[in-house]
Amino acid sequence: MDFLFLAELFVNGLSTGLMYSLVALGITLIYKASGVPNLAQGAMVMLSGYLVWAVVSLLSWPLWLAIALAVVGMFLFGLATERWLLRRMVGQPVIMIVMLTLGLDIFLRGFVPGLLGAAPKRLDLGIGLAPIIVADVFVNRAYLVGAIGAMVLIAAAMLFFRTRLGTKLRAVSDDHVASWAVGISVERAIGISWGIAGVAAVGAGTVWGSVQGVDWTLSALLFPAIAVVILGGIDSLLGVFVGGLVVGVLGSVIPGYLDPIVGGGTRDVVTSVLIVLTILFRPYGMFGREDIERV
Amino acid sequence: MFYRLSGVHHTRYEDTRRLWPIPTDRRLVAVLFLLALSAPLWLSELYLQNYLLPWLIWSAATLSLTLLMGVAGQLHFGYAAVMAIGAYSAIHLVRLGVPFELAFIGAGLVAAVIGCLFGAAALRVKGLYLVMATLAMQYLVDWVIVNVPAISGGAHATLQAPEARVLFFSFADGFTRYYFAFFWAVFMTVFLLNTKRTSFGRALVAIRDKDYAASVIGVSPFKYKLLAFFTSSFFGGMSGAVLAFCFYRAVTPEQFGFNVSTQLVAMVLVGGLGSVIGAYLGAAFVLLTPMILSNGIAALSDAGWLSVSANLLAHLPLMIYGALIIGFLLAEPLGLAKIYDNMRNYFLVWPFKHSRR
Repeated sequence: MDFLFLAELFVNGLSTGLMYSLVALGITLIYKASGVPNLAQGAMVMLSGYLVWAVVSLLSWPLWLAIALAVVGMFLFGLATERWLLRRMVGQPVIMIVMLTLGLDIFLRGFVPGLLGAAPKRLDLGIGLAPIIVADVFVNRAYLVGAIGAMVLIAAAMLFFRTRLGTKLRAVSDDHVASWAVGISVERAIGISWGIAGVAAVGAGTVWGSVQGVDWTLSALLFPAIAVVILGGIDSLLGVFVGGLVVGVLGSVIPGYLDPIVGGGTRDVVTSVLIVLTILFRPYGMFGREDIERV
Repeated sequence: MFYRLSGVHHTRYEDTRRLWPIPTDRRLVAVLFLLALSAPLWLSELYLQNYLLPWLIWSAATLSLTLLMGVAGQLHFGYAAVMAIGAYSAIHLVRLGVPFELAFIGAGLVAAVIGCLFGAAALRVKGLYLVMATLAMQYLVDWVIVNVPAISGGAHATLQAPEARVLFFSFADGFTRYYFAFFWAVFMTVFLLNTKRTSFGRALVAIRDKDYAASVIGVSPFKYKLLAFFTSSFFGGMSGAVLAFCFYRAVTPEQFGFNVSTQLVAMVLVGGLGSVIGAYLGAAFVLLTPMILSNGIAALSDAGWLSVSANLLAHLPLMIYGALIIGFLLAEPLGLAKIYDNMRNYFLVWPFKHSRR
């Protein structure tokens, strides 16, 4: 019985973790291309959740069309953010850039619920509520769908980096000046990476919105996503995948046993401790690239 | 003209080392000091207690964060947690019967010791990773405060600040609260202005500019990074105690959450990194502008000139606050202090603009 409890926490942790990876994917994509830590990714997830909900509920268009529209919209949003906000901050200290993305996060957290309503909204993907029972282990159907979606998107991102455009992005992430010298438009590459991060946000927003409802709390997913990228290495796609699994499993198993003892809320503690320990013992994460600094 | 430079001749080294070599600056500071000192005489109770008092306390807190972020260059996104430690320690010490003067210093010490743990991360990483580490520690401190009933007085509880007196004046009196906060802000200002001119301050600046280079010329990054965190957390904790005793009067963990940390960083950045006057301007701007603007829009909406839904109105302060941060970083990354400096430089030689050095 106790083993079953553990197995259930473990399996659900795996699927939650993959859904965290989906949020973290955008942060990694942008950091890889431009070295900008995008703390507004949580708010972008919230924005795309709201977009999908608005098209489905307010216009009552079919779900697939809503997702397609949100993908286009968020791609343009990403492009615009890079063009009008981040490009003007090139060369500024990292604190300015962090604060700018946080400012965007705060603004979106006020603007979107202010415009479309702050009460939690239901986003129905047509997934049944009945759990799937595999060998007496209850698996949440919605989380499972989310996990599969996350795996598909991460695999797509990995394949994308093998295409011609993806190769350009990898070159840009290696060295801005050298890519410039061989005729790659660095600005466009960074813009596209923001656009793709927007598309990843649509995936995360749809899946998380269907699980916990669409409201401002979607932007709070930023915190576990940060743990994922720090643990996996902020510029590694493989790190997003593995880091997500670790954060998800630990964030599910440990609270499963500790919460009844200390009275709840240990998930954030596990996430914080993971971040602090990673930074203290291996700052560049499991698969991240270590920067070498010269005087 | 306004900042007259003619007749300012330095004939002694002491003169050149003064804080404000130009007489106009000295007069300006004196006028502001006297205005603030006499504020209870010409300002109504409402404005004194609800606008001026929190502004002074937040400025003092911003000044102590400026020491860490602006002077020493160590990013800190968990400063509200440090202030929370100070506030809770002060309240608990006074409850245990310790006189407030000692509890005040004790609060600083507790905050400084725990704040050094934040600094432990700084010894290993910097920049973005330091932001993440301090952010994570903010969540840890929050959780400990909420979940240990001995500290917070139970989940979702508010902890009343007990009756205390400082130098025979009771905190129950509004004047005591105002003057205590005022002199705390004055102390922090003088401290920061002078720290920048000491060997300690110059060592911090060396660490900020490049820690490897600093260690080459014999400034130990290990020692000075920890010292920076210690000093800044010490004063941050004391500012938290002032906030708890003079303004809030009863503390809850939500008053020191992550958004308060961002707000403090925003105050430092909007004011201008490392600037003393910037801390005052930034605190005023970040505290007051969203309030004033959303009140204005609410008034317009009440008058029927503008149709704004109640829901949007509730979210306006957050929107304005975010937009302000974005706008400031894009338009003037060096903050309000730079704008003040530009104006001052203009009037320094006005109307003889051509004579600018």
